[in-house]
Amino acid sequence: MTRILQTENVTIRYGDHVAVDDISVNVAEGDLLGIVGPNGAGKSTLFRAILGLQPYDGTIRLFDYGPDKYGPLIPLVGYVPQKIQFEQNFPATVSDVVSMGIISEKKTAEWEKLIKERGYHWNRVYGKMDRKEDRIVEALKITGLERLKDRRIGELSSGEQQRVFIAKSLVKDPLLLILDEPVTSVDVESQTRFYNVIKKINEDNKITIIWSSHDLDAIEKYANKVACMNRNLFFHGDKDHFFADEKILKTYTEATMQMHMHDH
Amino acid sequence: MVIEVLAHGFMQKALLAGIAVAIVCSFMGTFLVLRRYALFGDGIAHVAFGGISIGLIMGVFPLWTAFVAAILGGLGLQKLRSNTKISGDAAVAIVLVSGLAVGVLLVSASGGFSVDLFSFLFGNILLISDEDMILIVAVSAGIIGTLLVLHKQFLHLTFNEEQAKISGLNVTLLNYVFVVLAAITVVTSMRLVGILLISALIVIPNISAIMLGKGFKKTVGTAILFSVLSVVIGIFFSYYFDLAPSGTIVLIAVAILLIVLTMKSTRFVRKKQSQTMSDAS
Repeated sequence: MTRILQTENVTIRYGDHVAVDDISVNVAEGDLLGIVGPNGAGKSTLFRAILGLQPYDGTIRLFDYGPDKYGPLIPLVGYVPQKIQFEQNFPATVSDVVSMGIISEKKTAEWEKLIKERGYHWNRVYGKMDRKEDRIVEALKITGLERLKDRRIGELSSGEQQRVFIAKSLVKDPLLLILDEPVTSVDVESQTRFYNVIKKINEDNKITIIWSSHDLDAIEKYANKVACMNRNLFFHGDKDHFFADEKILKTYTEATMQMHMHDH
Repeated sequence: MVIEVLAHGFMQKALLAGIAVAIVCSFMGTFLVLRRYALFGDGIAHVAFGGISIGLIMGVFPLWTAFVAAILGGLGLQKLRSNTKISGDAAVAIVLVSGLAVGVLLVSASGGFSVDLFSFLFGNILLISDEDMILIVAVSAGIIGTLLVLHKQFLHLTFNEEQAKISGLNVTLLNYVFVVLAAITVVTSMRLVGILLISALIVIPNISAIMLGKGFKKTVGTAILFSVLSVVIGIFFSYYFDLAPSGTIVLIAVAILLIVLTMKSTRFVRKKQSQTMSDAS
């Protein structure tokens, strides 16, 4: 299996505070990696480091390129943060927002060359379509948003907005999708719908996904790998091992409870 | 009667330049309003005032010196916003008063306000020269062409800068291109509504269009329509009733905004009423 992402001893500090401590994680092509950890565990900070938005110590390799080379390939990562800040009255329809994800053919050709050099198979579902409108419709179909395509983005619920941002990431045929607690503050029905979309994208479009969540039931149901972190990493491996290991589960639950009590 | 008025050369020039400025201001204004740069126009216009004073004193065509001053002011403003902890509105205030101070200083040194300077402060589209008109139309065409090429990138940048960066857009370069275009837009519009009312033309038609709740293309189209209507009606009114064109144009834009707001609130009340009735039944 080709490696999509590899972090080696990644540490991130804000002054004296260590937000991420010596994290080493591997993600192989086709994985659906669930990252669990309490609030403040450093999950979002780690994602930002991978995306070049946050300085760090250690090494990050993306698509088998080292830290000094993978910068131009970052657009091949689809990133949906916990909350995308935008003006609620922003005059953009769902289709307008999804179309922002479309990248020029010239850039796509450059990336194709770079990733082929490293032996990746780029499954281009959307890039094969000549018409941009078709790409948008297809991405809206897989995320179940066809009926909302002409609605303004600000009028949608949080769950629907998150699905729009996934559709925006899909139209560029990402090799990796990073979803940072995508269903926080979303009702249960939307959550289930969202998880089905993630599963479908992973299985049908063969997109590797890293997904952080507090929902252990969902991780158990949909992910194939689990990483458990609370600033440092205390589990990384197959989902079945994680859920079979009562000691790790107990440590995770205690850490989450402590953070919860600390927050209140 | 309208055809008679259109036979006047000054009216033809005013309408042509006015429509060009209306299109540029509303197109560029959509991004300025959404990026919370609504008062950027005011700040840059006051810097341009300093530039105009320099031009008038040196005997150079004042719009050229205004362009140079406005672009430098725009870049300075962008630097202040990105490299310091000064907030956006405070940065605009710093650039605004600095430009104005330079202008006031130069005006006082040269012996007071001239007619030319007044026309820049309050605008008078009915008095523009052939040279002004050609310059305004040519520059407007250049800005519209650039916006047509870059509008998708600007839309992404405006929607969320971090997402635009992750998508591979050169955010720093685009931000500089954006402020330079905005600075040129402001100077091009000064002849129409004057330095003091410049923000009105950038902000008001766009707010009216955004209130209508449509997508991006329709919103830009509607803003352009509102802006062109304000300018054309404003120019005719000012001619017939002998009023200052700048104030007339801006008040018509305000009237359109009020109509849109009234329509929206009436629709809202009706919706509420029908909801209450269906709840009751």
